[in-house]
Amino acid sequence: MFTIPRIWREKPQRYRLEASECSKCGYVMYPPRKVCPKCGSEELTRVTLPETGKISTYTIIRTAPLGFTELSPYVVAIVEFSNGARVMMQIVDTDFDKIEIGKKVKLVFRKLFTEGESGVIMYGPKAIVVED
Amino acid sequence: MRDVAIVGIGIGKFGSLWEKSFRDLAVEASLDAIKDAGVDHIDSMYVGNFSAGTLIEQEHIAPLVADYLGYRLIPSTRVENACASGSSAFRMGLIEVASGISDVVLVVGAEKMTDIKTSEALYSLSLAADREYEGYQGITFPGLFALVAKRHMFEFGTTRKQLSAVAIKNHKNAYRNPKAQFHQLVNEEDIENSPMIADPLRLYDCSPITDGAAAVILMPLDEAKKLSNLHHPLVKVSGIGQANDTIALAQRDSLVGFAATTEAAKKAYKMSEKKIEDIDVAEIHDCFTIAEICAIEDLGFFPKGKGGEAVEAGLTEIGGKIPINPSGGLKGKGHPVGATGVVQIANIVEQLRGEAGENQVKNAKVGLAQNLGGSGATVVVTILEVV
Repeated sequence: MFTIPRIWREKPQRYRLEASECSKCGYVMYPPRKVCPKCGSEELTRVTLPETGKISTYTIIRTAPLGFTELSPYVVAIVEFSNGARVMMQIVDTDFDKIEIGKKVKLVFRKLFTEGESGVIMYGPKAIVVED
Repeated sequence: MRDVAIVGIGIGKFGSLWEKSFRDLAVEASLDAIKDAGVDHIDSMYVGNFSAGTLIEQEHIAPLVADYLGYRLIPSTRVENACASGSSAFRMGLIEVASGISDVVLVVGAEKMTDIKTSEALYSLSLAADREYEGYQGITFPGLFALVAKRHMFEFGTTRKQLSAVAIKNHKNAYRNPKAQFHQLVNEEDIENSPMIADPLRLYDCSPITDGAAAVILMPLDEAKKLSNLHHPLVKVSGIGQANDTIALAQRDSLVGFAATTEAAKKAYKMSEKKIEDIDVAEIHDCFTIAEICAIEDLGFFPKGKGGEAVEAGLTEIGGKIPINPSGGLKGKGHPVGATGVVQIANIVEQLRGEAGENQVKNAKVGLAQNLGGSGATVVVTILEVV
């Protein structure tokens, strides 16, 4: 159910990679929130995710869910950024044997999902492994 | 608060039960529990169910089950907490009896998963993750637990062989459980040759899609003692704890365990005035092999990072240091999502009554059940003891 309003209202985080940073404790959360999950503060400011991060963990999806079968097999990772934010995203355009925990990645803007031939296309962040 | 006893249990056969509908499953397990308890009525009921809406296109199932059970005009309420729906429903039933609002409460967990295609059932299950920030990235449930497994292997050196040891043990236990979905022993070779689902997890690391139901009857302990036709040792609910965590795995403090398990267990240990050493047997949420390894660490049975070694060394076998999943667990017995939290509790009751057949743990007096929802966003831990 990738409806147009649902994608449209997520533009700040999906298209501009906006996250929230807590003014009290400094915790950075993606997607943005109204309340800091660490300290409960409601004083949050918008920040943009850094362009690079590193792989905390990853897996290769070989049995894909509905809507993703044509991509299979593909890599989904948890990427940690220098400001501490952790985000789940696909690793693309990288040989599987180059993917390891701790490897540096660069954010790219890609198609996430197409709903049929004439349906909605959703875009968002993915990552590519870069050599240090 | 009143002490509460489990006076009746009903455990249906698990499997691909094409001849039975959702309502058949729920009603049969409930009738078995009512007969086992020997009560002549129930005052109220809770139904643990995850996803009847997408699995059988039916919402509002709590009055449906009550209706087909022959009850009208009593309260009947559905509780949904993903894979922890059953134990969350149990907790509500417990609170209702302990508070004095009702005296005889039925808790039934049920799920009918095989009426639709496997891909559709997997889609339904995937909705327990964060749809917008996990699902839209193409993650699956095996994928979420694979992320944990990969990190666990990285940090602690947990091995492929240790993951396999969980599946081998639970299939072995399920083999001797007549209610289990699988009566098939597996070995290392079978597991390592099974299809890769999400690296490093293979097909035999994953719990199956299952139809099934289980039920329990709760009463105040003092009232239960007066039941004239009681033919079992009485089992008391000594403690329960529930905790949540972030819906998305990426935002957890740790990627190698589940803080909600540790917190729920802490609450349950405190309420029951028990220590980890007091537990004689445990039913654990092994939706994937790595989940059992994390759980036995998070509950405190083994130090963090040592769970895999413990399973491999046989410490969690029946007759081992702490028998884990003598029923076969979700892996071998099956995982009808909404039923799982209830059947774990019913299995512990069997153990404490001494009615667990070939899988009986000798002299079991105190047992624990841990039921985990989503990728660990909900956990309920329940401690039971024989009176």
